[in-house]
Order: sequence, then C-alpha cells, then structure tokens
Amino acid sequence: MIDPFVFHGQITTRRRLFWQALANICPGMVWMLVFMIVPACLVGILSLVTRGPDGQILWIFTSKNFERLAGFGIFGWSPVYFVILGRSIWAAFWVTAACVFLSYPLALYINGLGKRGRLVALSCIVIPMCTNLVIRTYAWELLLSPQLPLAQLAAYFGWLEEGRALYPSTLAVYLGMVSYSLPYALLPLYTSVERMDGSVVEAARDLYASEIRVFRTAILPQTRPGLSVAILMTFVPTMGMFVITNRLGGANYMLVGNLIQQQFGSSRDYPFGAAISLVLILITLVGLYFYRKQGNQVVLP
Amino acid sequence: MVLGIAGALLYLPLLAVSVYSVNATRLGLVWKGFTLSWYLRLFQDELILNAAWNTLVLASVSTAIATLLGTCLALGLERFPWKKRVQWTLDTWVDLPIVTPDIIFAAALVVAFGTIREVWGDYQSGMVSMVIGHVTFQIAFVALIVRSRIVTVGNVFREAASDLYATPRELFRRVTLPLILPGVLAGATLAFMLSLDDFVISFFTSGPKSDTLPIFIYASLRRGLSPELHALSTLIVLITVILVLGLQKLTRTPTEE
Repeated sequence: MIDPFVFHGQITTRRRLFWQALANICPGMVWMLVFMIVPACLVGILSLVTRGPDGQILWIFTSKNFERLAGFGIFGWSPVYFVILGRSIWAAFWVTAACVFLSYPLALYINGLGKRGRLVALSCIVIPMCTNLVIRTYAWELLLSPQLPLAQLAAYFGWLEEGRALYPSTLAVYLGMVSYSLPYALLPLYTSVERMDGSVVEAARDLYASEIRVFRTAILPQTRPGLSVAILMTFVPTMGMFVITNRLGGANYMLVGNLIQQQFGSSRDYPFGAAISLVLILITLVGLYFYRKQGNQVVLP
Repeated sequence: MVLGIAGALLYLPLLAVSVYSVNATRLGLVWKGFTLSWYLRLFQDELILNAAWNTLVLASVSTAIATLLGTCLALGLERFPWKKRVQWTLDTWVDLPIVTPDIIFAAALVVAFGTIREVWGDYQSGMVSMVIGHVTFQIAFVALIVRSRIVTVGNVFREAASDLYATPRELFRRVTLPLILPGVLAGATLAFMLSLDDFVISFFTSGPKSDTLPIFIYASLRRGLSPELHALSTLIVLITVILVLGLQKLTRTPTEE
C-alpha cells in the first residue's frame, strides 16, 4: 500500500511518517510510562496491602489503611487525620486566596509596563521561583529569628516574648507558603492578563463602572483560564507541603504532606503512606478535571 | 502597596541571607563587618564539596537524558498530523508531570523503588534513583519548550529545503536541528535549573551516600543556622540567577526577530 503523501514539501508516505513520529515519541513516552504511570498504579495497589512489623511490605490485601485514614485505629475512632486533612484544606484555601489576591494587581501592573519593564519584572518573579525550596525556607527562618527587626518589632509590641523567634508559628508557615506559591499563581495569571482584550476594560470604565464591577465583569471572565491554572498550581502543592511546615510550623503543625513524608520516612509505613498519597492524587485529578473543563469552556475569540 | 508586599515576600528573606553571609561574626546576627571567610570555609569542607559534586552530577546527567528524550518527544508530537483525540491523550500524558505536586511524584517513586527492593532484594536507592526521578519531570518541561520553538519556527524552511531536494538526513542536520537548537538549549537550561531547584524528589529517593546540597542544608538545619549555610545558600541563589538570565536570553532573541 503506497500512497504518496506530501508533508510540508517532503514527499513521503503516511505510514513512513507515522513510524518516524512513533519512533521519536516512544523513548520519552515509555520512560514516563515506566517511571510515572506504573509507580502511580503501584501506589494504588500498595495502599491495599499490609505493613509488616519491621516496615516491610506483606502482600496481604486489606482495607485497613483507609480505615485508619478515616480515623478507625487500634484505640477506637479518633479524628486526628481529619484534623490534618481539614487543616491542609484550610491552609491551602487561605494561601491560594492570598496568592490570587496579590497576583491580580501585580499582573495588571506588570502588563501596564513597557517591554523592558515587563522583562525585568518577570525575571524578578522567576528568580525566587527557581530558587531551591530549602533555601527559601531557611531564609525565612533567618528573617524571623530573634535578633532581626521583625521579631524585635513583635516583641516591642508585646506580641512575642523578648528573645524568641517568630517561628515556629502558624503565621510563619503562612508567610513561607505564600512567598513560595506567589510566583506559581502570578505567572499563569499574567499570561492570561497579557492576552486580555483591554478595550473591554476601557469600555467598562468609560461607562462609569465601579472598580469592583470592572473587575467582576470585564477582567475576571477574560482571565478565568489563567486563574484556574493559578489555583491548581497553588492549592494542591500547599496541601502536600512538608519542608515549610516542618521548619516553620513546629512539630504539632502537620499537613497532608508531613503525614506522607512521615510514613515514607521515620514510620516506614509504605502502605499507609500510599493510601494518603492516593487521596492527594485524587484531589489533584479532581482539580485537573475542573481545569480542563474550564479550559475547554473558555475559548476566547 | 501590593508591589511592596510581594517584593518583601519574595526578596526580603533572600536579602537577609546574603547580607549575613558576609557578616564577620559567628554568634548572633548583629553586623560586625564585612568578610568572605565563610565562603572560603565552604571550599574546605569535605561534606559540602561532596554534596556539591553530587548535585552537579545529578543535574548534568539527568539534564542530558531529559533533553534528548524531550526533544525527540517534541519532534514526534509536532511532526505528524495526529488525530485530535490521540493528540489530546498524548498532550495530557506529557503535561501530567507539570501539574502533579512533587510530593506525589516522590511518593510514587519511593513506592516503585520500594517494590523493586521487595521483589529483587538488595536494590539500593541512590544516584540512579534520583536521576530517574529528575528525568521523569524534566522531560515534560523540555518537550514543552522545544515544541513551542518548533511551532514558532514554522514549516517554511523545511518546505524550501525539501523543494531543493534535501534528503531527510540533510533536512534534519542542516535545517531542523539548527533552527530548533535555541529551543533545545533553553529546554536543557530549564531542566538543569529544575534539577537544582528540586528538593522533595531527591530527599525521598536519595540513599545514604548521595546527599545533594539541598539535602545537606536541610539536614544541617537541625543544628541551627550558621554563617557557612548563609554563604552556601547565597552561592546557590547566585547560580540560579545566572541560569534564569541565561534562559531568558535563549528564549527571547529568536522570538523577537
């Protein structure tokens, strides 16, 4: 079966082209299949098996891990995991809200700059974003330490004992997390704002719409795709955070991320860790689904 | 106002670290004069040098693999009229690592390596597992950047070359490759940066002998802050800055012409 096929000036056959493309795709796809999809499935399987006494995996299928996650432990029902999950959602909500709240004015401001100004502003956002998480957390620890102005100011106003650091505290965790997630919210929002039709905003202003009204009717609908990416990129990662909470939140402030890290780290309880990860995977997929739906709905002309 | 808050949130901590990295006092955070001795100490510390070496090896090896695979992936995805449904599936597949939080990634890899250990006995986590982990998320980003470059370049040059009887090999070596090279380089830079940026995946998959710099810093934090750590962090931030600026140069020039 030879059917000549012209692909951008190149005379070939469809079949040959297909095999060529497939050969190009295969290594990468197989790599991702083996090291991403298969492990994800393994997480699903492992969440249903039993942990041995020394942390090894016993292939006895059970739903115990999920029961434990729902609070049914050896000592009866306790809400400890619900508290952690609730706290994670609560923290993720506020961090996301703060990031979006800060990002909108920033994105609009950057969009109003000249070509050079935009470039400079974008690099200023990308540099902290690409700085290692540990270093940024560490930097916050330093900034909030007792001898530095911030803690001294708090001590001066009597919010803090003299000579103590501002961490561990919930405030420190929130500061660290907002600072960490801000670029991830700002960049997608900015791309949306950049593509926005400015004349609609102008028209709204000309018709004496209040600033809130302008935002709600002219800016928000146009930037919805960027907004959904921004939320997706801040909400779930915040729930899965463990470095910032470990360092800035102290031992009692645990999020889903800390719980997962504990199971794979000191507790060596892989099956239970897998069960918790599965919950986080599901939340991600739900987010992804809403984002895809959103992205398909909003097709700007 | 918002600008101030955002600037403070993003830069105040980093500024504090760099200022105190050149402070002459070990105890306390009071300013005692300028010094570079903490930086010099870094280069005498065996552990730090070892961790730096590991970081570099990890970033280089994973970047090389990911760039190769990612570029091929991008070419394959763009250079065939895939059906819409197939394209959608492939796109989702490739984009998945970008939206997945790193802790999930890390957990899945730990589970995978754990299972390997259960089934085949003494598999030791270490450099190999870290490279695998890094490559898996790097591929997606390399493919993303190279694809956008392929789209920007368009098909005009290919068509012209084919009209002039270029063989497929010539087409690739003398037209396609030079044209997409800036994209490939940008992808590689981004991959390298992502590898340096990563802590969570390395932390989960590293073995006892394969500390990277971020893992080293994280472990040292239990002993508290120290000027050496300030200096080390400042150095890493500087490297990041250089890489970001380099990346910007690579992605900007071709699109603006």
